Amino acid sequence: MSAPVQHCITTKDVCLWYAKFQALINVTVNIKQGKITSLIGPSGCGKTTLLRCFNRINERYDYVTTRGEIKILGKNIYDEDVSLIELRKKVGMVFQRPNPLPISVYENIVFGLRIHHERSATKQSVLDEAVEKALTEVRLWDDLKDRLDTKATTLQLEQQQKLCIARLLPLKPDIILMDEPCSALDVEGTRAIEELMFELKGRYSIVIVTHNMAQARRASDECIFMLMGELVEHTRTEDLFLTPKNPKTAEYIEGRYG
Amino acid sequence: MKENPFASTQFERRKFRRANLNKWIMFSFCAALIIPLIAILVDIFVKAAPVISLDYLWLNPANKGKEGGLWAPLVGTFYLVIGSLTLVAPVGILAAIYLNEYAKEGILNRVIGIAVTSLAGVPSIVHGLFGLGAFVLVMLPAVNSVIGSPNDRASNWQAGLLTASLTVAVMNLPVIIASAREALGGVPQSFREACWNLGATRWQTIRTIVLPNSLSGILTGVILTISRAAGETAPILFTGVTFFKFVADAGWEKIFPYNPGEPFMAMSMHLNIISNQISQMPEGMKYGSAAVLIGLILFVNSFAIILRVWLRGRKRW
Repeated sequence: MSAPVQHCITTKDVCLWYAKFQALINVTVNIKQGKITSLIGPSGCGKTTLLRCFNRINERYDYVTTRGEIKILGKNIYDEDVSLIELRKKVGMVFQRPNPLPISVYENIVFGLRIHHERSATKQSVLDEAVEKALTEVRLWDDLKDRLDTKATTLQLEQQQKLCIARLLPLKPDIILMDEPCSALDVEGTRAIEELMFELKGRYSIVIVTHNMAQARRASDECIFMLMGELVEHTRTEDLFLTPKNPKTAEYIEGRYG
Repeated sequence: MKENPFASTQFERRKFRRANLNKWIMFSFCAALIIPLIAILVDIFVKAAPVISLDYLWLNPANKGKEGGLWAPLVGTFYLVIGSLTLVAPVGILAAIYLNEYAKEGILNRVIGIAVTSLAGVPSIVHGLFGLGAFVLVMLPAVNSVIGSPNDRASNWQAGLLTASLTVAVMNLPVIIASAREALGGVPQSFREACWNLGATRWQTIRTIVLPNSLSGILTGVILTISRAAGETAPILFTGVTFFKFVADAGWEKIFPYNPGEPFMAMSMHLNIISNQISQMPEGMKYGSAAVLIGLILFVNSFAIILRVWLRGRKRW
């Protein structure tokens, strides 16, 4: 039989409060390594909040309280001795609206390398190589190789979003978190990003939040359904859509509410 | 031909006429704002025209300002502006960065915000009196007890460029903080999140992304305080300005006429005195200095506008 299943993220009883409002209630979940896992559920169910726990970006806002355990690569990321900077190198994030930095395409990609290394360690050749590798991985190299010094904010939205994925890659992340990465894109752009996700999976574990049930069905291996801050069901995507165990899941995927 | 089902009713036509009338009334009030401005400028520049020449800028005032030019007060204002900006810009910008990028939302932050806003509304004469109390009467004796000797009064620092620059700096501090905060706040939060997500520290985020993208706004704020520094008389009245100080007519002494510890001449003070303190002042001289001061401020402000347009053209998001 196959090797034991590896988990990239395991959480235990995660609770989170925005001031007094509890947004996550005892979420316990194991997310498989190298797969695409989608988080679905109606607005306000906590799926984005859960995603944002995985690289502790929630904590930028000081009214947030988190409790529980989230283990990534076997280490509880809420331990005191975890460096947020190292964590965020390993766990990259792609946002709903593409947010390339207002600098050139080239500088966007090497931004991570520059901020994490001494100036002497970032030789031009190393940077050039990283840019070509990252852009090739997201299928942008052919389009952009002659325009590396254009401002990233002037690209098409689809290219911007791919660039936002590409700029994570030089930091060699293990996990890529995506928060509704296609909601600002048209059909073509959505398809391109989904194809890209398929190419990237395996090398990276991908967790994607989506509002679009059809997308979760098309583009993910595993699916997590959340409701009112609680995890309702987590299983293989086909199973969740064909034979949901929980009646709430069944009603949601039938479109009774949401 | 069928009857038009969408023909306007009489009530509608009346309503429309009334709306139109209101629009014109509001427009005329706006236009009324421009008329006095133009009238003042035309009046001043027409009456100043006969005296304005390069010599008028280059020569020192003579005979209590009735003859000669404006060099000494002009250069005094220049150094006052430079001095106060050098003192206030770093402090103001760093304070704004702290308040906007580091400080947590809370009571302290809000109190500081209110303090900054109220400080910006304090009349300039109050700043002048504060400068007199803090810098001339407290700071200068302390400085002199270190560097001066009690027996030789001439070696002691007096109220002058330094104390006046400090006073003007304090006056402009809240303005710079407020405008710099606004400029920093204009940088979209998503850029900061993008940086943090790549593991950048706050300072790396500020240095590489936030500051370059808010520079135009910050600089505009700084430049606009120049016109306040150049135009106000009240804050420098007790803190170092004088109506007459001998300034050499040639050589380095002419370019650098003032010690930081000596009284200096300034445009606003000069205009103030020659327009109402000296009898038989030729009209052209009064209007001439007013025109030069206005011209100076217009020049600086238009420079700020051009800088802003140019920098904004370079950023796009």
